[in-house]
This record gives sequence, C-alpha cells and structure tokens, in this order.
Amino acid sequence: MNERDLRELLGTNREDSGCDEALGILDRYAEAEVEGRDVEALFPAVAEHLRSCQACMEDHDGLVALIHEGLET
Amino acid sequence: VRERTSGRHRALVGVACEVRQQRVDEGSGTIQQLHDPGSAAWLRDLRDEGPQRFHALEELRELLLRAARREAARRRIPSLLGGVELEDLCQQAADDALMAVTSKLDTFRGASRFTTWAYKFAVFEISVKLRRHAWVGRTIPMAHDDPTWDRFGAVGIQAGDQLEAVDLLGAVRRAVVDELTPRQRDVFVAAVLNDVPIDALAERLGATRGAVYKVLHDARRILRRRLERDGYLGPVGER
Repeated sequence: MNERDLRELLGTNREDSGCDEALGILDRYAEAEVEGRDVEALFPAVAEHLRSCQACMEDHDGLVALIHEGLET
Repeated sequence: VRERTSGRHRALVGVACEVRQQRVDEGSGTIQQLHDPGSAAWLRDLRDEGPQRFHALEELRELLLRAARREAARRRIPSLLGGVELEDLCQQAADDALMAVTSKLDTFRGASRFTTWAYKFAVFEISVKLRRHAWVGRTIPMAHDDPTWDRFGAVGIQAGDQLEAVDLLGAVRRAVVDELTPRQRDVFVAAVLNDVPIDALAERLGATRGAVYKVLHDARRILRRRLERDGYLGPVGER
C-alpha cells in the first residue's frame, strides 16, 4: 500500500450525488453520454458518484450497452 | 421458472389494475408533450382504459425480460449460476422492474426515451439479484476480522516499499478504530477491504444500496481528514 492506493480507497472531496440521485437520472445520463454530450459538465456530482460506486457504475455500463444494442423489435 | 411464468397472467392483471387506479387517483389523464413518438405511444397505451393497456404491459414485460437477460449475459455470471437458476432470476427481475415502471409511471417526464427509462429498472433489478445471489451463504467479513488486514497489507507490496506500506496500513487501521462508528467500520471493512458488493451488504444489513453507500461515503471522508491531519495524505480534493 502506498499513498496512491490510499487515495483510491478513500476517494476525493468532490461532490458526490449518492446512489439514489444517480439512479434517478441514470437514463438521462446514459443517453447524453451515448449522444456524445459532456456528462462531466452536465452531471458532475453523478459522474463523481459513478467513479466511487462500483454497483452504480456497473448499472450505468449495462444501461449504455442496452441503448447501443436496442432491444425493441 | 414454469411456475413463475404461469403466474405471469395474474401478475399482469394485477399491474393493469394498479395502473388504472393510479390514473384515477391522480387524475392525470393528459399525456405530456414528449420529444419522441415512441415514448408517447408507450404512455398512451399503458394508460389506456381498454385492452390496449394489457397488450402494452405484456410487450413491456417481454422488453424488460430481454433487458434483464442481456444484462445477465453481459456480466458473464460465474459457474455457480446454472441456466435454470439464472433464468429464474431474470424472470423475477422482469416482474420487479415491471412493478417499478408502472408504479412510477406518472414520474416519467420524457427527459429520456421511455424505453431507456424502463431499461434502467431492469438493469437495476437483475444486477441487485445477481450480486446478492453470489453472496448467499457466504460470511461477510466485518471490522473485527483480523485476517482482513493481514491479507490487505500483503497485496502488491514491493520489497523496497515494505516499511512505508506497513506504516501506512497501520495508520489506516488506527484511524478506522479511532474515528469510525461500529457500523461505519463494518461497512468500510466489508466493502472497501474485502470487495463485498454493496447490494449484498445492504441486504445483510437490512438497508438500501443508497443508505449503505452514505455510510461508506461518510467513513471515507472521516478517514481522509484523519490521515491528512496525521500527514499521511496530501489534500485529496483533486485527482
């Protein structure tokens, strides 16, 4: 363990939306990202949360994959 | 799986009644202006007073089930999940996502496509079930688990860095003991040091993902302050 590992473990002081707010707008976030818009600027607290919360990031990745694939017939 | 599938008709009828009741209760007969016609059609059909609603619910459940299956496949589930077991989790996720979508229908504002909004619930439901399932019957390490710290300290240490690593690990451990509440300690040790998925931890603690994350977030902030104060960390506001 070194200081870099410690920073990874403990995160940053940036504003973090938390899971509930992130999941609440994850559909808008994912569509904006797929459209190539700057989600870091549009939803900075959600972007920070996704970096810190593996579960929400995995949900984000799954939603983005579904948007790309399109399941509707 | 067969039993759940055979019960699907009854489930859909129940959901249809709930959607109709929601409309009566809230008196929201108008469909808002949406950017895409597909979303407007979904809302119109799900709020229909006639048979169109039932057909829309059937179609929506199929869509949510496909989304759950696709997400489960994307995650490459470990071998502990057999085909039938995995399919049952997908069916449960589709049912729960359908309930979530219909109960929250009047909160949909058209800021995204309706299908993207609905997929979100399917992804959430199947991911929570998969994470929890992977930890069924397993012991979740807590703060009093000394081997946790030994394992953690032994990972990735180069010979030349050993003194620094041991010193840093000791500082973290002291900060965890001195600064955190028992619940913060348990959550930090399980989620951060042992990679226990937050949804599995939430189920074991009888809490939501958001509530457990809040505990973890607070614990990290407290530890950062302590370690900054003791000179082990520079300011970590920027990466």
